Amino acid sequence: MTTTVDQRSALALGPVRRFSAFLYRRPKVRLAVLLSAPMLWLGVLYLGSLFMLLISAFWTTDTFTGDLVRTFTFANFSEVLTSPVYRAITVRTVGVALAVTLICVVLAVPMSLYMAKIASPRMQRLLVVAILMPLWANYLVKAYAWRGMFANGGVLEWLHLPNPGYGLPATIIVLSYLWLPYMILPVYAGLERLPNSLIEASSDLGAGAGRTIRSIVIPILMPSIIAGTIFTFSLSLGDYIAVQLVGSKTQLIGNAIFANIGAANNLPLAAALATIPIVIILIYLTLVRRTGALEEL
Amino acid sequence: MNLSPASRIGLRIFMIVGLAFIYVPLLVVVISSFNTSKIFGWPPDGFTTKWWGVAAENQGVRDALATSLKAGLGATVIALVLGTMISLALQRYSFFGRDAISFLVILPIALPGIVTGIALNTAIRTVFEPLGISFGLLTVVIGHSTFCIVVVFNNVIARLRRVSGNLEEASMDLGASTFQTFRFVTFPAMRSALVAGALLAFGLSFDEIVVTTFTAGPGVRTLPLWIYDNLFRPNQAPVVNVVAAFLVIVSIIPIWASQRLASPKDTAARLP
Repeated sequence: MTTTVDQRSALALGPVRRFSAFLYRRPKVRLAVLLSAPMLWLGVLYLGSLFMLLISAFWTTDTFTGDLVRTFTFANFSEVLTSPVYRAITVRTVGVALAVTLICVVLAVPMSLYMAKIASPRMQRLLVVAILMPLWANYLVKAYAWRGMFANGGVLEWLHLPNPGYGLPATIIVLSYLWLPYMILPVYAGLERLPNSLIEASSDLGAGAGRTIRSIVIPILMPSIIAGTIFTFSLSLGDYIAVQLVGSKTQLIGNAIFANIGAANNLPLAAALATIPIVIILIYLTLVRRTGALEEL
Repeated sequence: MNLSPASRIGLRIFMIVGLAFIYVPLLVVVISSFNTSKIFGWPPDGFTTKWWGVAAENQGVRDALATSLKAGLGATVIALVLGTMISLALQRYSFFGRDAISFLVILPIALPGIVTGIALNTAIRTVFEPLGISFGLLTVVIGHSTFCIVVVFNNVIARLRRVSGNLEEASMDLGASTFQTFRFVTFPAMRSALVAGALLAFGLSFDEIVVTTFTAGPGVRTLPLWIYDNLFRPNQAPVVNVVAAFLVIVSIIPIWASQRLASPKDTAARLP
């Protein structure tokens, strides 16, 4: 490698070399150069967009022309907070997000336990790949796949399984399906780090498998489980496409936002509605922050 | 782990049922794409590869695939540059506001896609359009890059934590300039992390639909948008099935590639 370094350019003080020396002497300038473009993108473009969205929540639209009226008003927020329709949608959405999170935990913990502590090393590698693969499969395709499962005369009926049909239960099943790998991966990683000696010590002291899992495994695993719930919970809060595909007439916050920005052409109301998931997610993140879950992401 | 044989068997059965839950719907999509019937039915009526031919000839599908590839490449390149810059800044320097910046990087994937989508949509309408940048492929690339930065950032910063800054100082002490040090010391150490980050960023972009919905121009259709447009058109159902099956099958490629990258022996051979 050393032979490929251009010796001449290292000796001659060309402009590049002088600029490089200038940078070397001033770490703050180096830092500023490194941060400039990313901060323009994320700090100005992205945060600026979010800020504009927030501002537009305080505007209204002209009922006749549909144009934006840029006068300050709390009307959208008071509609979002007082309308029984939006309150029902918010409660339903949070309920769905909680149900999805619970289902994912219940499925992910035993599966990860098998992967991390029972499967042979070779099997373990294969299973990790098997869990990762669906993460790469297209989100829309995965939701679409379930239409054939729930359809009348579809796969569930063919398998003699109970078929809930399109609707709220189907929405919860599909969202759990979509986010399950996001729960398995952190839980599995947490279990892999858990030393076997702790588990052996527990059983040496007379605890059965159930007691060991309850008193040793789950408490140590808690930050990893919570890290997974951040994904399952916040991804469920904003979803509207899976709901459109299998939810029949089910409405979640995402659908209400989508309807207001699309068909109703009411950006200010959509913006006000969008603050609901943002606020819920920020509250959730603050609540789980103390558990150390954010470091597990 | 000391478990009774019964609970071992129980867990194994649970694992098998879990895997079936994950894979049966994907298998149904792939099998349906070979169904002779134009409408979905289970079990399929018969086997044919006719629809794969029809889909391959479909101009809408071809254009959408090209758009998806272009958007993915554009977003990946931008995310690679910006993600590497932030990781170098956050890992090699300590300064006021560092935590705020690392939070800002995560924000685009922590917030629901629809929030990021309508925020960018508002910004494009009110700021970009008066400047002459209207909804099109470029706005899709801008949207995708925003949430792709974080995956490059995560990969690169994890690598930088393991590669000591002493190597860079040694290089400078030996007379290399800032740029030579980056080219011959920092960059080779980051290379496989960059490949992994690029793969993830491309995958994320190729898969995305929500932000795309709100940033794409009328004529710009990525593959997910094409599926979404044609989902409820009965006469397009067989082609939609083929595109869906195609996307399930190509998702094996990044997994295969990342396994190659992850196994140490192969990495040594392939990425010297």
